[in-house]
Amino acid sequence: MNLGSFDPVTAVLLIPIGAAALLAVLPGYRLTARLNVVASLATFLAALSLFAIDRPPPGPYVLVDDLNIVFILLNTFVGFTTSIFSASYIAHELETGRLTPAYLRFYHAMYQTMMFGMNLAFVSNNIGLMWVAVEIATLTTVLMVGIYRTHAALEAAWKYFILGSVGIALALFGTILVYMAARPVVGEGQDGMVWTLLIEHAAQFDPALLNVAFVFLFLGYGTKVGLAPLHAWLPDAHAEGPTPISAVLSGLLLNVALYALLRFKILLAANPAAIAPGPLMVTMGLVSVVFAAFMLYRRRDIKRLFAYSSIEHMGIIVFAFGMGGPLANFAGLLHMVMHSLTKSAIFFAVGHISQIKGTQRINRIRGLTVTHPALGWGLVVGVAAIAGLPPLGIFMSEFLVVTSTFARQPLLAIVLVFGILLAFGALLLRLTSVAFGRPRGSTAPAEASYVPMFAHLALVLGAGIYLPAPLVVWFQNVARLLG
Amino acid sequence: MQMHSLAFDVSHTLAGGLVLISFMMLYQDRLYSLLNVFALHALVLALSVAWQAYIQDAPHLYVTAVIALVFKALVIPVGLHRIVKQLGIHRDIESAVGIGMTMLAGMGLVALSMVLMLRVTADADPLAREDLAFALSVVLLGLLVMVTRRNAVSQVVGFMSLENGLVLAATGAKGMPLVVEISVAFSILIAFIVIGIFLFRIRERFDSVDVSALDDFRGERR
Repeated sequence: MNLGSFDPVTAVLLIPIGAAALLAVLPGYRLTARLNVVASLATFLAALSLFAIDRPPPGPYVLVDDLNIVFILLNTFVGFTTSIFSASYIAHELETGRLTPAYLRFYHAMYQTMMFGMNLAFVSNNIGLMWVAVEIATLTTVLMVGIYRTHAALEAAWKYFILGSVGIALALFGTILVYMAARPVVGEGQDGMVWTLLIEHAAQFDPALLNVAFVFLFLGYGTKVGLAPLHAWLPDAHAEGPTPISAVLSGLLLNVALYALLRFKILLAANPAAIAPGPLMVTMGLVSVVFAAFMLYRRRDIKRLFAYSSIEHMGIIVFAFGMGGPLANFAGLLHMVMHSLTKSAIFFAVGHISQIKGTQRINRIRGLTVTHPALGWGLVVGVAAIAGLPPLGIFMSEFLVVTSTFARQPLLAIVLVFGILLAFGALLLRLTSVAFGRPRGSTAPAEASYVPMFAHLALVLGAGIYLPAPLVVWFQNVARLLG
Repeated sequence: MQMHSLAFDVSHTLAGGLVLISFMMLYQDRLYSLLNVFALHALVLALSVAWQAYIQDAPHLYVTAVIALVFKALVIPVGLHRIVKQLGIHRDIESAVGIGMTMLAGMGLVALSMVLMLRVTADADPLAREDLAFALSVVLLGLLVMVTRRNAVSQVVGFMSLENGLVLAATGAKGMPLVVEISVAFSILIAFIVIGIFLFRIRERFDSVDVSALDDFRGERR
């Protein structure tokens, strides 16, 4: 099927960048917030059409394959729902004067630029272009984290900036090394960075060079994923920026970095003489899970609490991919999708809650299910999902990770289960105090948009109960691709 | 022994010069002198990139060389000079870690990158191979500068020298695509950092390895 000259990949890239240019100059909250939503919806629809139209053949810059198609869809979907949430969230910020109209314009333009960067990272078939795209996405989120210009926000943005810059610098060095490894085989110039060509010839690459390259890429992109020793920027960036940004940071940007890592993992797996990336990923993943689980107990700030929970889940995902094999890869992919949907839903709830209560301190928020039933119960369901309670989607993916690990490495599985249970305890502990008990803090009615939150939770619940067969087939295909 | 041509010798000298200047950065304890050394670093990088453009017959690399010369050797150091003056930190002396220790650590890092890269790239052509080893040394020394400094400006200088190492690696990898684009992207990144320092008057770096100090700051302690 061919719809004239309509090219969904171009649309997915051009709509956000065009909208960003428009939003940078248009005044007025109502207009720009709506335009932001419309542009995000249009991008989402363009991404949807990728499924209806024949995929474009891989070019030197752009590639659509089984691995990235669902991430593009997920990315644009969460981008769309977050823009709806952002509209009501930002309205409140304007009322309270935390954001001025000039900064609002900047915020919307940056939001679309970030969507552009992330989409570009997903569709790029060129490892250099992918690096540039990840850098664009990082830069825009840095600017948005610091948008409130309080001391804490600037500190968070600065820290994110410096650590993120070092991370992407290391990733670039790794990228150069991959090119060096590819050059004798693939040839000089453009071709040496095209991923589809690299993967074809990966078996003949110099394995030693490829190993070193992967270590740099792992450290570099791993910083952006927020793996444990390199995570220092993540909680601050989540806590101090506007909540819509926390939602996309956790839900999408971490996925982008992880996706970049997966691409290189496939490359390494295609070379039989190279080291198996598994042990490295398993170690960092486990360290992240256990470390984040302990850190969850000490959190007093609700957004930082969920930021640490993101570190934990990224750890689980990296662990799953490190274990490898069809089942663990399947679980890792499923977990990526489920975590995105759940964590952004939680941040939608948390954003409205902290606006109503005027604080992010956990001990000043009590009894939400009494005063704000929709938000309170939404948060309860969200936290139950993220903690891994059945029948929600994350339970299924965690269950798959744990069982597949038990079958192969029981000791590792015990550590993993320990971490998951620890985190489970911490989250439920905080949840009971926040959601139940005697209300504390402001009980003003919420002017919230519930649709995005409940849409996400419904999807997570649906996936937990019943995964449609085509989706399972897709996951299995990609899991095989990941080796 | 293989024959060393002039092309090899010159690029070797320039890359080695970059490592040497990175070492010079380690023991500068005044911001102005650190900025001057960085300008020299960028100048040598520009020469090195221009030389690579010449011997590889890759005219697009001249763009990268010009960016290094104009932006990194002139605009940024001059801009940072003025910022340092405005923030009133030009008299600051910083010695977070002793110079002796820093130099020793630097030597260790250079040795590490030599051992690692020369062993790993045994099959690559000698020019690219030693270029890469030097580049990794510059990258690691840049990281060391970032770690040992407390001041935001000198941290940024460390980051920029790290980035110079990356440009050295990218231009040394013969025929690598997107080098110009990447160097432009990096320049934008650095411009953002410098503007950020200026606008928000960031004097001290905030981050600390000590997590409890951060928690205190945020009132997250019980």
